[in-house]
Amino acid sequence: MAVCIAVIAKENYPLYIRSVPTQNELKFHYTVHTSLDVVEEKISAVGKAMADQRELYLGLLYPTEDYKVYGYVTNSKVKFVIVVDSSNASLRDNEIRSMFRKLHNSFTDVMCNPFYNPGDTIRSKAFDGMVSTMMVQTS
Amino acid sequence: MMSPTQWDLPPELCCRPMAFVALTGLDVTYNAIHRAIWDAFCVNRRADRVPISFKVLPGDHEYPKCRTKRTSYEWYIPKGILKTGWMNKHLNLVPALVVLFYELDWDDPVWKEKQSECATKVEIVRTSLQGRNTKVAVVLIQKKTPLPPGEDIVASERAASLCNTCDLSGKSLFVLPHTDHLVGYIIRLENAFYEHAQTYYYTEIRRVKSHKEFLNKTTHQLLFVRHQFKIAFFSELKQDTQNALKYYRTAYGLVHELRAHETNVLEIKTMAGFINYKICRLCFQHNTPLDAIAQFRKHIDQCKKKIGSAELAFEHTAWMSKQFQSFGDLFDEAIKLGLTAIQTQNPGFYYQQAAYYAQERKQQATYMCAHEPTVSYPSPDPLETSTGVLDFYGQRAWRQGHQSIDPTDAEKEKVGILALQMKEKNVPHSELIIALLSNAVAQFKKYKCPRMKSHLMVQMGEEYYHAKDYTKALKLLDYVMCDYRTERWWSLLTSILGTALRCSYLMAHVKDYITYSMELIGRASTLHEEQKSRIEKNLIKVLMNEVPEAEPDCDQVSAHAAQALWGDRMSLAGSNQFTIEVQDYVPFVQCKAKFLSPSFHLDDPVHLLLYLRVDCPHPVRFSKLCISLSNQEYNKFCVVEESCKSQDSLEPLSPENMCLVPGKTCKYSFKFVAKTEDVGKKIEITAVDLMLGSDSGRCVFLNWRGGGGDAASSHEALQAARSFKSRGRVPEQHVEWDTVSIQASTMIISRIPKISVQLSHKPPALNNEMYCITVSIQSNEETVVKDVKLTAGVKPGQDANLTQSTHVTLNGLEVCDDSHPALLPDISIGDLEPGQTVEKSLYVCCVTTGPRIFLFHVAYTMTTKVEGKEITCKCHKDETVTIETVVPFEVAVKFVSTKFEHLDRVYVDIPFLLMTDLLSASPWPLHLVTSQLQLAPTMAGLDEPQSQVEQVVLQTGECASECFSLQCPPVLNGTSSVASGQYLISWKRKSSCADAPVVTTVVTLPHVMVESIPLYVHAELPSFGRVRESLPVRYHIQNRTGLVQDVEMSVEPSDAFMFSGLKQVRLRILPGAEHEMLYNFYPLMAGYQNLPLLNISLVRFPTVSGQLLRRFLPSRIFVKPQGRQEDDASIAAA
Repeated sequence: MAVCIAVIAKENYPLYIRSVPTQNELKFHYTVHTSLDVVEEKISAVGKAMADQRELYLGLLYPTEDYKVYGYVTNSKVKFVIVVDSSNASLRDNEIRSMFRKLHNSFTDVMCNPFYNPGDTIRSKAFDGMVSTMMVQTS
Repeated sequence: MMSPTQWDLPPELCCRPMAFVALTGLDVTYNAIHRAIWDAFCVNRRADRVPISFKVLPGDHEYPKCRTKRTSYEWYIPKGILKTGWMNKHLNLVPALVVLFYELDWDDPVWKEKQSECATKVEIVRTSLQGRNTKVAVVLIQKKTPLPPGEDIVASERAASLCNTCDLSGKSLFVLPHTDHLVGYIIRLENAFYEHAQTYYYTEIRRVKSHKEFLNKTTHQLLFVRHQFKIAFFSELKQDTQNALKYYRTAYGLVHELRAHETNVLEIKTMAGFINYKICRLCFQHNTPLDAIAQFRKHIDQCKKKIGSAELAFEHTAWMSKQFQSFGDLFDEAIKLGLTAIQTQNPGFYYQQAAYYAQERKQQATYMCAHEPTVSYPSPDPLETSTGVLDFYGQRAWRQGHQSIDPTDAEKEKVGILALQMKEKNVPHSELIIALLSNAVAQFKKYKCPRMKSHLMVQMGEEYYHAKDYTKALKLLDYVMCDYRTERWWSLLTSILGTALRCSYLMAHVKDYITYSMELIGRASTLHEEQKSRIEKNLIKVLMNEVPEAEPDCDQVSAHAAQALWGDRMSLAGSNQFTIEVQDYVPFVQCKAKFLSPSFHLDDPVHLLLYLRVDCPHPVRFSKLCISLSNQEYNKFCVVEESCKSQDSLEPLSPENMCLVPGKTCKYSFKFVAKTEDVGKKIEITAVDLMLGSDSGRCVFLNWRGGGGDAASSHEALQAARSFKSRGRVPEQHVEWDTVSIQASTMIISRIPKISVQLSHKPPALNNEMYCITVSIQSNEETVVKDVKLTAGVKPGQDANLTQSTHVTLNGLEVCDDSHPALLPDISIGDLEPGQTVEKSLYVCCVTTGPRIFLFHVAYTMTTKVEGKEITCKCHKDETVTIETVVPFEVAVKFVSTKFEHLDRVYVDIPFLLMTDLLSASPWPLHLVTSQLQLAPTMAGLDEPQSQVEQVVLQTGECASECFSLQCPPVLNGTSSVASGQYLISWKRKSSCADAPVVTTVVTLPHVMVESIPLYVHAELPSFGRVRESLPVRYHIQNRTGLVQDVEMSVEPSDAFMFSGLKQVRLRILPGAEHEMLYNFYPLMAGYQNLPLLNISLVRFPTVSGQLLRRFLPSRIFVKPQGRQEDDASIAAA
């Protein structure tokens, strides 16, 4: 389960960031922000060759001592970042993929809301609830 | 021992091990030959030479004593894993080979004595190396070049004898002739030494391996590690890196099999770190970086949890930090040697992690080493050892060699830990952290990680803040702040601003303090309301020249010092005015300025609106607001001031306008009348200044360049534009901030003219005619318009040829020429009363056809009142029209014979006809005044040619033809092309007035071929014949040459005629004479009948055929049927 989930706009500013409340929130913000370096690099590397049939899932962006950071980019260049604890060995690539898929679906729902202005921070309860199910449960 | 470099890896571990060879018997100080030999060994060693480290030692040098070899390990309990001196011993103290240099030639006169002296020296070395496997070799330095082997019998004899005396094998005796090729000999020598050294290390490895069988797994676990390490190290000395790596890996596995407990965990970690370092180093050397990384990860995972004593937890983090740092160094070194790193795997990550551990170490040190000031460093120093160094790596000074689980002496342990903690307190943690971070920054910069770099710079800044180096902290934070601002990561920006604010507070930097505060209480800040409120109150204090409250989280001592600094700032006079450029920040005051329209007419007042809004928790008062415009004359109209006495501003301002309420948009309206000279110019808002505070306290000018906006506003405007929110629900008077757009410039344009310009003309224009355009100007102004001027003609900016080929004049009575311009500027018309109309006729002559754009520009001045002010306006109105020019008619000319047959050439002195067809192409009727034929001298008219189309009016499509009878005078040679002359047509439009000038169009007639002929024939016959009535035909044959011509003539019979006369004749015609032949034809049939053919041939000119001559003769004639009534007449005629 994730310790931090973030949705980043095309212009690289955060649309949504949730992290486990027990830890330093700012640290996760920095982690997500720095991971954008790798995301950008991966997008630009792929972008030239075959932009349309690009794999949305970017895989493990970079491992730090304590966390693993995974990335996902939608076709509209909105980025999803999931941070999981390094010690959490139970999470396989497939599970991370399915988490991203869920996140993407839920994000699509948010975008479909006519009252949501694309580019604004996400304040959807449904989205929040879905993210909660993917987060590490803290007692 | 507890030096700051305690955690650094020992240099003997980090160097590349090389075989150690000792050279003795060389006097490098006083003997030049020896010096040269030594230099050849060690100066400028290139990479391709064998890896040996040489050392010159005296012949009687004492080598480290070899301890007596243990025969049994049964009762032996090891005291530690690896002795601290061991590596150095084998790198620098115990040689693999000792080489004795001795000057001795084979034919030395005192050979015997020297031989025994050499043997003695060898013996001294051997004794010193008692018990070691070190080899000894002898090099004889000889003055003579040796003979090839086998030739010098004395040499081989004496060599054998020397080997015998010194107890040397033949392989260990070398000869070094001191000749020119020293370096070559030396290289051969050292290769031989290298082989000896290899053998030595091989035997050493075998020796260490042989211990294994004596060891048991319970008591000798430490020795397993030690032996594997030694084997690996010897393999490295032997340059067998593959095996070295293998043994190090085994050693690494064994070190983790050791039972770890609190007392030995440091030793285990130290050794694990050493071995790991060696493995990684060799992996990089073998170009298998992934193995190195995998090993390092494994190492970290295995050691991460081996913290050891809780009271000395900082030691673990320090060690961890060092692990990462040294791996980063190894990685970086490998990159310098050609390895390529990538964005997600580069040394930066290791330095970064090293920095994190260093930070953790610092935190741990802060609370673990927070001793009461009364606690003093223990005496005697428990960290002192008798030798000054530890016996084994990673052990405690106060209990060396102790290997049981529990410490022997609890009291000693406590004192030891206290000493370590006290030492840790003095470590410059921040320095270490910053150094590591800056290493990481350099790496991330290289591997395209700008955000990572910014993050690390933030951390550096924060570390500088902790180290109380606020200037450096602010420099770094300021540098990265804008990156976070442009990327709109407000949470991170707020955190950085918080640190920056504390820095500026502690340094009492007023301007910075204000800048950071303004952003922290603004909309980009993610701080809570109460924090914002606190900061705003502090800001207001600063504006009132008071000392602000200390920031929370500042340490007490520094905050206290800062209070004093602020006090000093307060008393400083003069420096209390600041200008802060807020455009690039997200300040708590937002500003947007807009001109109501992108352009204003001169007679409309310029209307400018300024919107202000604050996002801070409490209302703010400002004391002055001024807008600077590109023309500074208007600035005085755009000011809001406390004592608002400016009667110039057009709208009264109430004092409550000066208070900005959070969340409410305040609107300020300014109006001014533009100056006449600004017509056509742009007026721009160059800056908006908002003054906070007061002159009595501090005053701060917030300055926006242009029409306001800040680092966040453009994105907000974009979002607002996309938003679904309808503005309808917003109550009146309330301005939706986001929908206000900035309009920072406006154009001043001239007043709209109230005048009508009308053109009347009859297009299209005809080529070359004086085309008349009538311009009528009517004034609709309410006052007199003065100085009306008309500029008319071809609109500038078209094809330059049009300007050349168009002429404009006011005088329509004569056709204009090239001296007339294409554009008539400033035709003065005078003044116009309201409603008055003026007409002006303009004549245009277009020399070429095609469309042209004509411009009619009417300019005038008038005075009008705007906002009670009388201003003079210059107005103008433009009217354009496109006029096509066409040719009025087309002229076709042809030459025909008198029989109206087409001629492609004419004959000298024989009359022909010139026909002109004039086809009207004009849509308007044309009046042809006259036409005239101007013949060239090579042509002559048969009669005085008179115009046949005079005063003819041609409608569209109609054609006027003329016919002139002409004849060519003789030409010089037989045929030539001659000019015919010109055809002049004088015409004008039918509709034009009587005194309009007549246009003369000149048509150049085509050239024609003229040919002379020798014989001319023409017939004289009635215009018609009648059946059965005599038809007399007379043929005249002229000789046109200067010679007598013989002519043969014959008449061919014809069915239609009977005839009388000479049927065939041959005659002679004198020059210039004419012969006449008479025939009486008697027609037999009615209708058009071909006359009997007359064949003529010239004997002298066979080329002149009857065919040619026949052209001059009629070919047929109309024969009327026999009429009844006229029978008598016909008989009479016959």
